[in-house]
This record gives sequence, structure tokens and C-alpha cells, in this order.
Amino acid sequence: MKLHIALAGNQNCGKTTLFNQLTGSNQHVGNFPGVTVEKKEGIARKNKDLTIVDLPGIYSLSPYTAEEVVTRDFLVHDKPDVIVNIIDATNIERNLYLTLQLMTLGLPVVLALNMMDEVRSNGGIINIEEMEKELGIFVVPIVANKNEGIEELLERVADTAKGKTPGAPGSMRRIDFCAGPVHKALHSITHLIEESALRSGYEGRFAATKLIEGDPLLEKVLALSVSEKDIIKRIIKEMEMKLGTDREAAIADMRYAFIENLILNTVIKKEESREQSRTIRIDRILTHRVLAIPLFIAIMGMVFWMTFGPVGTFIKDIFAFGILKITDWVNAGLDAIDVSPWMHSLISDGILAGIGAVLSFLPVIVVLFFFLSLLEDTGYMARVAFVLDSLLRKIGLSGRSFVPMLVGFGCTVPAIMATRTLSSDRDRKMTIFLTPFMSCSAKVPVYAVFCAAFFPKTGALVMSGLYFGGILVAIASGLVLRRTLFKGNSIPFVLELPVYRMPSFKAVFIHLWQKTKDFVQRAFTIIFIGSLIIWFLMNFDWSFDMVADKAQSILASLGTIIAPVFTLNGFASWQSVAALVSGFTAKEAVISTLAVVLPGGLSAYFAPLSALSFLVFTLLYTPCIAAVAATRREMGSLRWTLATIVFQTGIAWGLSALVFQAGMLLGFR
Amino acid sequence: MSINLSQLKPGESGTIETVGGEGALRRRLLDMGLTPGTCVSVRKVAPFGDPLELHLRGYELTLRGDDARSIKMRKES
Repeated sequence: MKLHIALAGNQNCGKTTLFNQLTGSNQHVGNFPGVTVEKKEGIARKNKDLTIVDLPGIYSLSPYTAEEVVTRDFLVHDKPDVIVNIIDATNIERNLYLTLQLMTLGLPVVLALNMMDEVRSNGGIINIEEMEKELGIFVVPIVANKNEGIEELLERVADTAKGKTPGAPGSMRRIDFCAGPVHKALHSITHLIEESALRSGYEGRFAATKLIEGDPLLEKVLALSVSEKDIIKRIIKEMEMKLGTDREAAIADMRYAFIENLILNTVIKKEESREQSRTIRIDRILTHRVLAIPLFIAIMGMVFWMTFGPVGTFIKDIFAFGILKITDWVNAGLDAIDVSPWMHSLISDGILAGIGAVLSFLPVIVVLFFFLSLLEDTGYMARVAFVLDSLLRKIGLSGRSFVPMLVGFGCTVPAIMATRTLSSDRDRKMTIFLTPFMSCSAKVPVYAVFCAAFFPKTGALVMSGLYFGGILVAIASGLVLRRTLFKGNSIPFVLELPVYRMPSFKAVFIHLWQKTKDFVQRAFTIIFIGSLIIWFLMNFDWSFDMVADKAQSILASLGTIIAPVFTLNGFASWQSVAALVSGFTAKEAVISTLAVVLPGGLSAYFAPLSALSFLVFTLLYTPCIAAVAATRREMGSLRWTLATIVFQTGIAWGLSALVFQAGMLLGFR
Repeated sequence: MSINLSQLKPGESGTIETVGGEGALRRRLLDMGLTPGTCVSVRKVAPFGDPLELHLRGYELTLRGDDARSIKMRKES
């Protein structure tokens, strides 16, 4: 029997670990249609008939975040055969809140109580049979990271799909959790709207609950008549009167009241577990009033040092060596078989250089992501958000945006990929807009070469000025963007601080493998084609003959046309345009291109002031093609991607012109 | 004595009387278990004076002072 299973649960409950245990590396990662909410699908290792969808980690089925809406739509419209609701048994009270909502959907649910080893080692007991009886669904204790209880879970899933319930044959799943006035209101409304709800694919009880909560999405979907709406309004008024509280609080309170009672009957545990006391002890240091910031800087410094220092360099060197060897062999081979010069150039300057550009990104991305997922999985990232929230709030973001921005100083590509962890679409888009202003490491060679040539004494000042300038531009842009393009409210900053846990290395490696695969698959083509196009433009003239002098190339003539745009900036030459265009494939290429097109050296064309305005432009203009590809992927929209390019390049042009003109006025050259 | 949640100092605790505000924020507060009658204690305040770290229903939650103001509490003596 083929079965479709949906995996649902809160964040930090071990859902991904369970998914990895069930499917191995047999996963397909994509997006839900129309939104950048990750959808992971996989086939069970032990049973090829089981397809499992890993839904986003959510706390509720409210209509306020993209993740929640997507989950709800998926469950309501795709109707999986069984929902496996995984919950953190050490934090059972809040976790069960989603369970009650899932059960109201009317779909078969199996409850997996994860982290039972921690419950037991703290002397806790959960009465599984009693819980099954009260909920009317199968409850399976598991330890996802030790692969315990998974077999039984799968058996229970199969039983549930066959229509079995834990009680006597014919006993029912529980679908309401209410008492008193809420119960009365719920039943009256269910009765009233059941037919129109079923017509639009919703379970009557679920739709009624959502109407009482005042869910705008559902009000629209049901298309109720005016008189029906009136009756519902009256029922709710009456309920609110009797309870002395409003509709939203009434429903939340009803669910928590049921849970409190359920826990009273089924769970015995200590006030504070060992893991919790350990977390409090660790946080005494990591979120300490004075120590928190220095420790954060130290930890991120370590990560950067490892990434760009020994580990990253080691891997990068291996790759570079490999590419060099291959290029040598290929060149020797090409010489031996005596191919035409354009073919020779295509293969070694075009194709191999393109592959080299892709591979030069890879070590940084892989190593950086390794450390970031480690920090995320231990629970430290939530503390970073806690510590730094009040700084980022000033520019309309939340603490969560800090990490992607920081990663931006290393490489914009993983930085943009890291915005995935942000919970709101608005925050994600805004962070993607601002991250490229954090000067990435590929720009360092450009600064270094220019500083050596024009600012031999003040090089360090110019360099740090550029770094801080980028940060200032990001802050200013943030202030402007929150008043214009991103006016809406950000998602409320109400964040769980999970208990510190050792990360599962298996999960980290699977995550890493997916990110790498994703990057190589998607970025490879685009960087590769980009490099080929630049190679072609630089080496051919309009009659498609290969040129010896780059001044005859298509790029030179296109550059001559574009150059006047940079008159105010002080570098209106085809050479600088050519350098900036090739910088679009990878920022280091700005320097190598200038070396080719300005054989007389930089000072043959640039003066200190125009060098500075050129550096300002290089700092701020659109990030490289790989970052743009990542933007396209995370934004999920070509228009938004183009908007970021126009925004960044526009600011780059304006500020670089400002620097040049102001410098001229002040008498600099 | 009736105060709001942001007035509690680290180490103090109280019981929620009402949850004010509206829309997504209020809904999220309720969903996370900040319902009337719940006992909440303040663990600490972040280095820049905001947000707060709370302990309720057996777990830790962080929330901004501005948002905590809409939650009315009865302080435990």
C-alpha cells in the first residue's frame, strides 16, 4: 500500500533528525509553490511505499506566517494519509498545542514523543496508554537521534492508515477539546457551516474553530452569506460575554486548559531537568550582560579564522592545485594535437577558468556552512538573536538577520543562502538587499592592489574606511527601506530559546551535502555561462574574429558606449567598464582584467581620486553572478532580484560620483 | 498589584491577567502559551537592555519589552 506521510512539529523538536532517520540521504529539497518555504520530500529507507514530506517547523496553524499558511494549505488540500506529529517530550506542554490543532483538521494523526531518553534519565514518566486513551490516537515514544522507536512508529503509521485506533475497535479520535461556552459556540457554528466547509475541503470542526479565532483567510474561503455571518457574529459575542474574554484568547486558553489537564493525568516530571540546568549555567556566560558581546565576537572570529584561515585555505589550495594541474595537462594536450588558437583559448581561458571560478567559491561555502549549522543546531544562534536584537531593530530588522550579514563579510553567496533561517519573508528580502554591502573577501585583492598603487601610506585607512563605509551604507539603506519598500510590520520577535544540545553530526552533514549539491547544481551553470560570455566578449571582435589586442574586442566597443555613464565618477573609460563587467563573474576578476587591458599599469589611467571613486563603486555595486543566482533562488522572483541589482548599482554610482565630485571640489586629484 | 510584564525584574514572577495588543503579535503570544492565568518568570534581560528572557510552561521564551508591555500581570509577592 502506497502511503503519503506528512511530518509536522515545532522548531527544535528533532523533526529534521527524524526525517533523516526515516529517509537517509534519499531526499529531495524544493520549495512550496509560490513561496520560498522549504519543502523536503523523501522515500523511507526501509519501505519504498512510504513517501514522507517534512513540513516547516511551526508552533501553530495561525494564518500569520508563510510557513503556517503553507503547512495548513498542504494538509488541507493534499490530504496526506497520515500526519506524524513529532513533539519534544521534555517540553510537552507547548508542543502539544500544535497537536490539538492538527487533530482538529480531521486527518489521521500519530504522535511521536521524541527525546524520551532525556525524560527517562531525569526520572520522568509519561503514561503512554493513558495519553492514547485521552487523545484517541497512537502515541509512540522515540529517540530520533538514537534511532529508537522508529520501527514501532512506522507500524503505528501503517495501523492508523488502515483506520485502526488505540482503543477498542470503533473508538474514535478525539476532535474537540472544548468545554463550557466555547463548546457550545463551536458546536453551533460547526452545525451552521459544515456543508460550505466540506465543499471547500475543510473539516467542519476545524473551520468553526478558525472562524471563532477570527481567521481572515478562512472567512474568505468559505464564502458565507450575510445572514450566516450575522449568526456567527452573535454566537461569538455571546460566548465572549459568558467567558469575559475575547475570541482569540478563548480558543488558545481552551487548548492549553485541555493540555494542562492531560499532562496532570499522564506526565510525571521534575520541575527542572538536567539539560535545563545545564542550559541556565551556559547562558550565565554566553548571554551575560558584559561577556555576551565579546564572546560572540570571539566565536564568530573563530569561525571566520577557520573558514578563511587554515581549514578553508587548505581545501582551497587542493582545489586550486587540481585546477592548475588539469589546465597544464589540457594545455599540453591541446598543444600536442595542435588545435586552433581560439579553441585553445576557449578551453583554457573560458571553460577551465569558469570551472575554476565556481570551485573557488565552494570551499568557503562548505566550511562556513558547516560551522553555521553547528551553531544553529546547538541552539547558540537563538542566543545571538536574543543578544543583538535591539541593535538591528533600529533599522527595521530583528536579531536573526545578524548572522547572514556577518557571513557577508566572508562571501555573499552563503550569506544569502543563510537568510533561509529568517522566519519572515519581509525580513528575508530586506536582509538580502543589505547583505551585499558587507564587503566580501573577494574584494580584498582589488582594494589591496589599488591601495598599493595609490595610497601607499594611508592604505590601511582607506581599507577600513571602505569596510565601515559599506556598513554605514547598509544602515542608511535599512532606514530608508523600512520607510519605503518594506513598510509592513516585521514578524513579531517572539522566539524560543531552546535547550543547548549536542548537534547530530549526521544531520549537519546531510544539511551540508544538500547545500553543496544545491550550490553546485544551480550556480555552476550560471557562473560557467557568465564566464564564457565574458571570455567571448573580451577575445572577439564584431566580425567574430579573435583579437590579439583587447582594445579591438566587443567588450572594448561596448565599454566605449557605456563609459560616458561614469563621467561624473571620474573613470569613464572602456577599460574600467570592462573590469567592472568581468567583476560580475567574480570580484577578483576586476584586477586580472585591469592587468590585461591596462598594460601600462593602473597609474597609466587612474589618479588617486578616481582610484578611490572606483573602489567605492566596486564596494557597493551588484554582487557577483553567483550571489545574484542565490538571490534569485531565495527571493523566488526575477523582479525582486532585478530590483536588488538596480538598487545596489544605483547607490554605488551615486556615492562613487559623490566621492569624486566632492574630492574635486576640495582640490584633490 | 497589577503591572505589565515589562515591569518585572529578572528573578521576579507573576500571573498573566490579560493579553492586549492585536493581530499577528497577540496571536503569537497566545500560541506560545502566554494565556491568562499562566505563571511567568523573567530570567534575564539582554545586554542592551532588551529583549527579555522569560520562563513559562517549562521552557524559555524571548520577547521585546515593547511587546511585553501589552501583557498585564499580577505580581507574585
